Amino acid sequence: MVEQSWSGRYPEVMIADQLAGKRIAITGSTGFLGTALVERLMRGVPDCELVLLVRAGKRSTPAQRVRREVFRNDAFDRMRSESGTDEFWEEVERRVHVVVGDVGRDGLGLDDEGRRLFASCDTVIHSAATVSFDAPIDGAVEVNLLGPTRIANTLNELGVSPHFISVSTCYVAGNRRGAAPEQLLSDSPFHIDVDWRSEVTAARRSRADADAQSRSTGQLESFRKRARHELGAAGTPLLSARTEQIRQRWVSDHLVEAGRARAASLGWPDAYAYTKALGERALDESKGDLRVSIVRPAIIESSWSLPTAGWIKGFRMAEPIIISYARGLLKEFPGVPEGVVDVIPVDIVVNAIAAVAARGHAGNDDIDITQVASGTRNPLQYRRLVNLVSSWFGENPLYDRKGQPIAVPAWSFPGRGAVERRLNRIQRNLDVADKALKMLPLRGKQAMVNAEVEEQREEVGRAVGYVKIYGAYAECEALYGVDNLIALHDALDDADKAEFGCDPAIVDWDVYVQQVHLPTVVQHARVKTTGERSDPDARTKRLRKRVLAPERQLAAFDLENTIIASNVVFSYAWLATRNLGPADRVRFTLKTLTEAPGLLALDQRDRTDFLRHFYRRYEGASVDELDRLGPQLLADHILTKAFPDALRRVREHRRLGHKTVLITGALDVVVKPLAPLFDDIICAEMTDNDGVYTGELKAVPPTGEVRAQALRDYAELHDIDLAESVAYADSSSDLPLLDAVGFPVAINPETRLASMATKRGWLIEFWSTAEGGAAKPLPLGPLPSLRRSRR
Amino acid sequence: MSTDQPRPNPRPGFVLEVDRQTPPILFHHGEGFRLERLPVGRSRVIYPGEPLIGLPDPDGAIVDALLNPIDDDPLPALMRPGMKLTIAFDDISLPLPPMQRPDVRQRIIEAVLDMAAAAGVDDVHIIAALCLHRRMTDAELRHAVGDRVFEAFSPDGLLYNHDAEDPENMVILGHTDHDEAVQMNRRAAESDLVVYVNINLVSMDGGWKSTATGLSGYEGVKAHHNVKTMRHSRSFMDQDNSELHRSNWRQGDIIKKHGPRIFQIETTVNTNVFGHEGPMSVLQKREWEWSMKDRASFTAMQTGLKRMPSAAKRKVFQAWRAPYELTSVQAGEVEAVHKRTTEMVYRQHLVPVQGQTDILTMGLPYLTPYNVNSIMNPILVMVQGLGYFFNLYRGKPVVREGGVLIMTHPTPWEFHPVHHPSYIDFFEQVLAETTDPIEIEKRYEKQFAEDEWYRHLYRTSNAYHGVHPFYMWYWGSHALAYLGQVIIVGGDKRAVRRLGFKPASTMQDALEMAEDVVGPKPTITHVHNPPILMADVTD
Repeated sequence: MVEQSWSGRYPEVMIADQLAGKRIAITGSTGFLGTALVERLMRGVPDCELVLLVRAGKRSTPAQRVRREVFRNDAFDRMRSESGTDEFWEEVERRVHVVVGDVGRDGLGLDDEGRRLFASCDTVIHSAATVSFDAPIDGAVEVNLLGPTRIANTLNELGVSPHFISVSTCYVAGNRRGAAPEQLLSDSPFHIDVDWRSEVTAARRSRADADAQSRSTGQLESFRKRARHELGAAGTPLLSARTEQIRQRWVSDHLVEAGRARAASLGWPDAYAYTKALGERALDESKGDLRVSIVRPAIIESSWSLPTAGWIKGFRMAEPIIISYARGLLKEFPGVPEGVVDVIPVDIVVNAIAAVAARGHAGNDDIDITQVASGTRNPLQYRRLVNLVSSWFGENPLYDRKGQPIAVPAWSFPGRGAVERRLNRIQRNLDVADKALKMLPLRGKQAMVNAEVEEQREEVGRAVGYVKIYGAYAECEALYGVDNLIALHDALDDADKAEFGCDPAIVDWDVYVQQVHLPTVVQHARVKTTGERSDPDARTKRLRKRVLAPERQLAAFDLENTIIASNVVFSYAWLATRNLGPADRVRFTLKTLTEAPGLLALDQRDRTDFLRHFYRRYEGASVDELDRLGPQLLADHILTKAFPDALRRVREHRRLGHKTVLITGALDVVVKPLAPLFDDIICAEMTDNDGVYTGELKAVPPTGEVRAQALRDYAELHDIDLAESVAYADSSSDLPLLDAVGFPVAINPETRLASMATKRGWLIEFWSTAEGGAAKPLPLGPLPSLRRSRR
Repeated sequence: MSTDQPRPNPRPGFVLEVDRQTPPILFHHGEGFRLERLPVGRSRVIYPGEPLIGLPDPDGAIVDALLNPIDDDPLPALMRPGMKLTIAFDDISLPLPPMQRPDVRQRIIEAVLDMAAAAGVDDVHIIAALCLHRRMTDAELRHAVGDRVFEAFSPDGLLYNHDAEDPENMVILGHTDHDEAVQMNRRAAESDLVVYVNINLVSMDGGWKSTATGLSGYEGVKAHHNVKTMRHSRSFMDQDNSELHRSNWRQGDIIKKHGPRIFQIETTVNTNVFGHEGPMSVLQKREWEWSMKDRASFTAMQTGLKRMPSAAKRKVFQAWRAPYELTSVQAGEVEAVHKRTTEMVYRQHLVPVQGQTDILTMGLPYLTPYNVNSIMNPILVMVQGLGYFFNLYRGKPVVREGGVLIMTHPTPWEFHPVHHPSYIDFFEQVLAETTDPIEIEKRYEKQFAEDEWYRHLYRTSNAYHGVHPFYMWYWGSHALAYLGQVIIVGGDKRAVRRLGFKPASTMQDALEMAEDVVGPKPTITHVHNPPILMADVTD
């Protein structure tokens, strides 16, 4: 247990007195820092009121968001248990006002009531920010750069002048070594004078530029190619949806890159620090008569003791890195061993903000600045942090899927360039592996290798991202002055020092890292912390049970490689050779084999074209003759190639009262023998002329999106809810079908579907033909009996 | 089919006490063989009698039997123009292995058709009486009835497989005093005369079982194809002590009263399975009598088989056609005919054995009645050992109650997808839950028997009926209840365990494992089958 440095009791103290009866507006209350701040004020200053400016969610009002994202958070567990749940909600009702507001919009998007409440506040604390270090530049500019200015403008328009506290970051000082005191950027000797207005214009324009660039013929072509590589022949609608998704992602990535590049060019580690820095400057210009205080925290991490030791919200900056390291994925992370990692527990930041609010503006006309950082007062060296982390994981290892503890790698403190190069190399190799695997016609368990490669690829990709984004921070050797912070702390009376203390010296890093932070991180990451071997099939069993639940309504099945290990070429080969003599068979086999690569390529490009092209071969075949061959086709070709598990599964669904439908691009003559297995069959049908097939199809064959539409039509006709239905298929060209239902199942998936199914958590089944069934490369019809061939 | 030179009189079967001079004993092992040494001083081997000498003129004997039937009028006297005549015959499950051409069924059917033609009968149907077995393929039908009959009847749809699931063409003739339904193929039931052509390979075959079971369906056979009946058939190879037969005979009474007139033709063949000469002949010789040539051909066969993949081996063995010789043919009234037949079967098969044994060993060959031209799946391994071989006794089982059965067979986890679809599901689904026949019967039989898909495959493809694997399991239910343990030597371990048996890699291991059940120094008896023998066990 961690020793609690500050007691939980509340005598009459200065801060509470100062803020008693005050109304405090807070932006960003749903964030990590914001929630901690709300909790601190709710519990520590019983007589203040809060006005929370919150954006509406996609499907929720601001009030709902606040209830769910702020007050239901475990930060309030302590308060709830101390005062009782009903009393707690009563208190929230009484003291908290929620206002629709968006710092990304001029005038903050306030309505009249919002304006009235906002105008009535004594203090405004702005903690809303796009904290993601890899946000697109335009978004970061709107929120981080313009946010504080918009608030100042609104307050000025309203003709009020509350104390305005804007939360910024220490890293506005930029990438440099040495002292970074608590002063305005313009007062710094290293100041580069850039006009924030033209930065805003440029950022806004860069979205339009990137968007225009993304629409060039060449780019669109490459997006389309990428979508096809990912999805295969999934049909036009899915491919175009994916292509558009990729385009938007590209634009966004482009803007992230633009932000990073612009920040770097001006000497900031990333777009976050860059936009925050310019935000401070803009605020300085636009503040008018407002009394403004800026609080600049360093890297905020889990709390030292309040509301509970180790409290954290969301998976934050250092956590993914730590977990990747503990899982043995991230073997190196750049950093200077003797450098300082400026981490600051969230409760110290919150206390500092509360103390600034209570104290009020520092006095003169200028903006007053308080930095909340540990680097100068109580430094944590990078080497020490790494040692603490690795020794902790040495004693409390994570476990891999097989239940074996993972050994953490030794840290070598390489430079950023070296790590990036190494990671990039690994990523390139995995890219090649991924590409190669996707080109191989793999299926089932072999295809799962690809899913694993893809998983690794993404993990390495994330690691590269961390190094790019956070590497700069680990290498930053600026020392942030905290004179104002210490003065603030010292000005508190003894009781407040205990309650609202903000001196970073209180933190014992050994205790903090090993007893407070790491246990929280591991718990939040939901990783395996014991060697207990779980049932490897537990997940499959659970998913299977859901698929076979009685309340499901329909089960749709693909045919080829889902029910039978065969395809249209094979069934044609069987039918076509049915009446051929030995010599003709050899010729037929050779011909088919030489055509195979071309057919395969066509099939992968467009299933419908392939089927149309291929079915021409049936031209001139007798309807009666093919009908007559049905039973033999079933015995000789279909059953020997069928997966017994599939046949069993269809009937299991039927027994459960689910409707069973076969939806396939195969021909009706070929699937007819399977009719008794299903309630209905939707398949390709050929037209005939006086009992002779024309080789042309009656309608577009049910493949790709047509198949999904056919299923939707069917469901509508039979009043079936597809969300309560199951679909079985084997390839990415079946994605539209699988996407159409609530319970998709991948059968012996090929590489693309295997990785998709793994990612989306679908049930994957591996079915095989009966051992002992024939395994012919090209199934030929049985030789006509000797008597007949003699004739 | 007689050999060129007259053979010496066949020697009867006998029991060999294993001593130091006894060479290793031949065990069948699926599509392969093993030579095993059995413990000296407490082991014995039961050898079958040598093949009886066949009738010199089988066709003549057949005509003679038809003209001079037992307790019935000569066949021509039963025929008249305008009558409905149905010829039913035993299906692919008999004999084992299939016999060389011409098949006995062909000889008889041709003789019957000659007489029918002479009598001016023109409404003739020929039906493969397969009950719930798989439909025979055209090639198999052709082999059974011969080219002439096949070409004459098949194209017009007058030669066909019985379809027990055709609701239009199955009738209930009545119920026995035990409330057993008697069901029959409509064509047969409505015929003026049914001529049933049997091949009585073992003493279970024939009698009323031919018509009451062969031409029946699920409704009719479930009266006796159940665990209770099978557990009260001690054994079903011994009609006098077989509940299975009593039930069939009761059904026969109903056929006599309400069914068509039956003219029963039964035949017996000798045990000349592997021939007196040729590569396989060594398999029906006694080991100490193997000549240098025999040894050489056995070694060559073993070496060859070891190199072959299992599918190829299966093909070789399944292609074997036995040079059986007809030893008797009798026709006329069912029960009288069957009495004579049974005597003939016993004459060939019975071997007197004194006293029971602690451990019974048997080498299972590649074939059962249900995998001709197919795959011997694990369920068929079970039925071969615990159903057929175990039950080949009269008096009491060769092994004592609570004793151990050791069988050798590779028992691969393989199934014929066309012939045995319901077996696959039975094995994967039912046996994964339980191996208790009563439990299986109660929980799963109905579901499998009435499954539409199995029904479809039985009727239109070449699949055994959905319920058939259950019957296989019931066939072994007497042995399952009676034995202390079953061990399979050299089998696929997973498959063996799924059957509820114990796997062993060598005979030595198996014998040691068995001692844990039956105690130290157990007595061991090996049944040297095939060729088939039936133990006549006395105290």
